[in-house]
Amino acid sequence: MNKIYFDHSATTPTSREVLDEMLPFFTEVYGNGSSQHFHGREAGKYIDIARRQVADAIGAKASEIYFTSGGTESDNWAIRGVLEGYKDKGKHIITTCIEHPAMIKTLDTLQKNGLAEVTFLGVDSEGFISIEELKNAIRPDTVLISVMTANNEIGTIQDIKTIGSIAKENKIIFHTDSVQAIGNVEIDVKEMNIDLLSMSAHKFYGPKGIGVLYRRNGIRLGSFMTGGEQERNMRAGTLNTPGIVGLGKAIEIAVRDMDKNNKYVSELRDYFVSQVESKIDNVYYNGTKSDKRLASNANFSFEFIEGESLLLRLDLAGISVSSGSACSSGSLEPSYVLLATGRAIELAHGSLRFSFGKNNTKEEIDYCVENLVKIVNDLRELSPLFLKKKGENKYV
Amino acid sequence: MYNERVMKEFAEPKNVGFIEDADGVGKVGNASCGDIMEISLKIENDVITDAKFRTFGCAAAIASSSVATQMVIGKTLDEALDIKNRDVVETLQGLPPQKIHCSVLAEEAIKKAVEDYREKKSK
Repeated sequence: MNKIYFDHSATTPTSREVLDEMLPFFTEVYGNGSSQHFHGREAGKYIDIARRQVADAIGAKASEIYFTSGGTESDNWAIRGVLEGYKDKGKHIITTCIEHPAMIKTLDTLQKNGLAEVTFLGVDSEGFISIEELKNAIRPDTVLISVMTANNEIGTIQDIKTIGSIAKENKIIFHTDSVQAIGNVEIDVKEMNIDLLSMSAHKFYGPKGIGVLYRRNGIRLGSFMTGGEQERNMRAGTLNTPGIVGLGKAIEIAVRDMDKNNKYVSELRDYFVSQVESKIDNVYYNGTKSDKRLASNANFSFEFIEGESLLLRLDLAGISVSSGSACSSGSLEPSYVLLATGRAIELAHGSLRFSFGKNNTKEEIDYCVENLVKIVNDLRELSPLFLKKKGENKYV
Repeated sequence: MYNERVMKEFAEPKNVGFIEDADGVGKVGNASCGDIMEISLKIENDVITDAKFRTFGCAAAIASSSVATQMVIGKTLDEALDIKNRDVVETLQGLPPQKIHCSVLAEEAIKKAVEDYREKKSK
């Protein structure tokens, strides 16, 4: 069996169709999109087309689309830009405790430096925020509500439309990190009252290093990247034409094929979940079983074993997944998202995220389940916790 | 992030299990930190004749315990107490900085197992 990739929430391969669209912009249409001459105008023309493709995909106007280097920059810009644009109103921000680190670390730093006051909303056992809690957190000096559309670890999809209407009623800017959601969840920024939205092309079969911040016209936003006059004086830096063209094509395809892909991928996911639950004991499904979950996402805690060991044993079997315990990425902390949902710390240490994509097959799932059963058994035999549970360890 | 030596030890650990009639057992760490290491020893005339381990933890923790059990077999108790975490790290040809604590756990588990034996013997 070839290597199997079940980590589409980390990144996706750039699709061939998207790459073909991008290639001429490295060698043929190489002008600087800001230049006035022919070469520049040619590049600019295709940047405008991509801007229109993005706008159409989320129900925005082309003038509301700003190209960035990706999700992290868009999140940073949204927060810092609103704090600057609305500093006369206040510096209170409401967000959730399960946001991506691009949000949480940025807000922590701003708060530590006295530049923001942040309310982090908790979530329930399935990862949903409470709308009541959100309403109660609003203060006269609240300048921003930021709630991610879909969570990267457990895939929970928030009620963005309701949150948007609450923000609108209270005249507060609403930002949503849609990095995991684009191409998987239908987004209409007007209907959902979204003022700012972050996205990243490599999550929907586009290239890495290119993203978008959507800004509703009229929202006061300070610049984050300063320098040249690109992006209507809002985001300096030479426009990444190949990336922009790729993002435009990728989002067009993603929205066009969304229903078809979601149906296929959710069937794979549901098959995987039922196989795991029927073949392995003491597993806990993290997140919601409702349809308010990314079709691609499955997240399990395997009791008595630690996530990194599981991840690396799967890797040895040729299967790439992601460990919920951030141990593998160098930190020793268990997943803060799972802890927020009320999972015990031991279970948060033993979690794995499987995120499926449109190129995965049922055969790959069968191969994965077969190996997973074996690996979980092996690691449990190694675990003093497992034997304790079986009552075999007289020294405990 | 792990070298090949660590991955080999992790993929095929030696001395997995628990000695039912062990003379000394050392258990360190806790589940909320993500690591529990348990080493059981068979001891004859102050020489360790067998060692087994069970570990809940990351690849570094499993590799460290496997190496530690291999190191103590055949050693006298005093020699076993002399084993330092850096000896484990050396045998593994290095661990990432944030995983050094796994080798410390291995050292502590050995010490605790030997102490457990001496304590029981003195009673």
